Amino acid sequence: MSTRGTALDKPPGSGRVGPLWELFFRFGPPRWSEYIRRNWAGQRLVIAVPYLWLIVFFLVPFLIVLKISFAEFEPFGTPPYAPILRWLEDGAVQVKLLFGSYSYLLHEPLYVSAWLYSIKVALVSTLLCLLLAYPMAYAIARSSPTRRNVLLMLVILPFWTSFLLRVYAWIGLLKNDGVINNVLQWLGIIDEPVVMMNTSLAVYIGIVYSYLPFMILPLYANLEKHDLTLLEAAQDLGAGPVRSFLRITLPLSVPGVIAGSLLVFIPAVGEYVIPSLLGSSDQLMIAGLLSDEFNLNHDWPRACAVAIAMLLLLVGPMMIYQHFQNRELKVGRR
Amino acid sequence: MKKYLTFPNFMLAVGLLFLYIPIFSMVLYSFNNSRLVTVWDHANSPTLKWYAELFRNRAMLEAAWLSIRVAAMSASAAVVLGTLAGLVLARFGPFRGRALLQGLTTAPLVMPEVITGLSMLLLFVSLESVLAAFGIRFGRGILTITLAHITFTMAYVTVIVQSRLATFDDSLEEAALDLGARPAKVFFRITLPLIMPAILSGWLLAFTLSWDDVVVTQFVSGPGYNTLPMVVFSSVRRGVNPSVNALATLMVLVVAAGVVVSAVFMKRAEKKRERETRLAEAGL
Repeated sequence: MSTRGTALDKPPGSGRVGPLWELFFRFGPPRWSEYIRRNWAGQRLVIAVPYLWLIVFFLVPFLIVLKISFAEFEPFGTPPYAPILRWLEDGAVQVKLLFGSYSYLLHEPLYVSAWLYSIKVALVSTLLCLLLAYPMAYAIARSSPTRRNVLLMLVILPFWTSFLLRVYAWIGLLKNDGVINNVLQWLGIIDEPVVMMNTSLAVYIGIVYSYLPFMILPLYANLEKHDLTLLEAAQDLGAGPVRSFLRITLPLSVPGVIAGSLLVFIPAVGEYVIPSLLGSSDQLMIAGLLSDEFNLNHDWPRACAVAIAMLLLLVGPMMIYQHFQNRELKVGRR
Repeated sequence: MKKYLTFPNFMLAVGLLFLYIPIFSMVLYSFNNSRLVTVWDHANSPTLKWYAELFRNRAMLEAAWLSIRVAAMSASAAVVLGTLAGLVLARFGPFRGRALLQGLTTAPLVMPEVITGLSMLLLFVSLESVLAAFGIRFGRGILTITLAHITFTMAYVTVIVQSRLATFDDSLEEAALDLGARPAKVFFRITLPLIMPAILSGWLLAFTLSWDDVVVTQFVSGPGYNTLPMVVFSSVRRGVNPSVNALATLMVLVVAAGVVVSAVFMKRAEKKRERETRLAEAGL
């Protein structure tokens, strides 16, 4: 290894070096991407395959949703909406864009309360998740390397078993005659069962439970990289553990907190399974409303408008998340 | 002297209990004789009757078989597409439309499932009417479910492959290119073996996500095509069902077995690598 290295550093003799080495010395190592760009015809094909797939199956569907959200609802039509473009008899084209579905979303009390409730549930559960996940991630990041791997695996493991079944497990725990109430009554802490099923509390628990790994992992990835000598320096200068945590660890971990919180908040706003299994049927979240509008009322334009409005609400958080994700990938790359 | 009883360690213990108590309660109650899930029938438990009932349930068995086929097909396709996308994003440098591709691959990770499901269904409905004009008919079923699953699982594979490629630099690939290997050969002989662990875990993750999905599937599936999560979801909505506990226990068993097997393999691979390093060092 070392012998080859020195041979490269000092090319032997008269300066007759191969053209590649000359390039090497002059410009540093050629990038692979440079090679591919110049030399390889297959490059375009490799880019095109995943690109086309995502355009056809991810981008185009959104454009269809956008289009239908402006259409007029026709209860007995197949499909149940009026076409937006119509050819009139004199050869002109009539374009009919309706904003009715959108204004309905803003004025109908059922919708307004569903929006507010979804945001409230997502905010509260993200906060609870953060409060539980931060110390967990901290403890994992500060434990010995062998123990660290075991603990990380323990955190990720439930994620590999079915999400649906893990949410279902909480029904058995939270019911009036469920495990938690039985244990509390047996201990004599309560006399009457506490109603927990079909409440907001059950939805919070379900969301925190399902998304906890998504909060822990970005936090761990951040906390693990911290330079511990900073904390030692703070200690030497007389800062207590609380103070050095507040002044050093917490500010340094902000990117992890933001990434983890967005990974919980964004899907939580549009959560469907958890509120429909654990939540109350009186207070719907926005995803449940979308599903009912589509599957029960067959009002496609309104369901599409709900989807677009949800996207508009989430596009800001999504872009922030993407920004952090890209930065993370760039940092990982030398 | 290291302190073990600190606040973070305490919260770690609480969090792990929080993660595992529901799973253990399902395992425990799957052996309970009583139909009332939470009343433990001391006289007749433990029993395997819910497992027997599970295996007599034709609807569930058929749904499980459909789910396995869909998950295997979509995970395999997602791995191919996701690896290509990850390679393009990590190695191809800047090209026109790179930002859009990056956006399209990260968006499905955080997209609420109802939106993905709705938009995919509307795509299939439009395709049906367009293709019907050419005399091609396709119903909603295993094909549409698989296409939808490929799309949302390939995003996960892309992220895994891309971040794996970002952890090591491209000097090996460059060396091979310098020595005159063609890019395709470089990919199959060098890049692919290096990212194989990432591809494997991507496949497993894609399989799990597809196997588990209920929301997107409910949108894009047609009559007569019920995947296992759809059957479980509709039965669970009607109330607690002890044979679902049995199903959950079996799935936990499979995952646990998978973890043990992969741990053994990883240990063996590590030992082999160590031995080879030692041999190589001795050779020098």
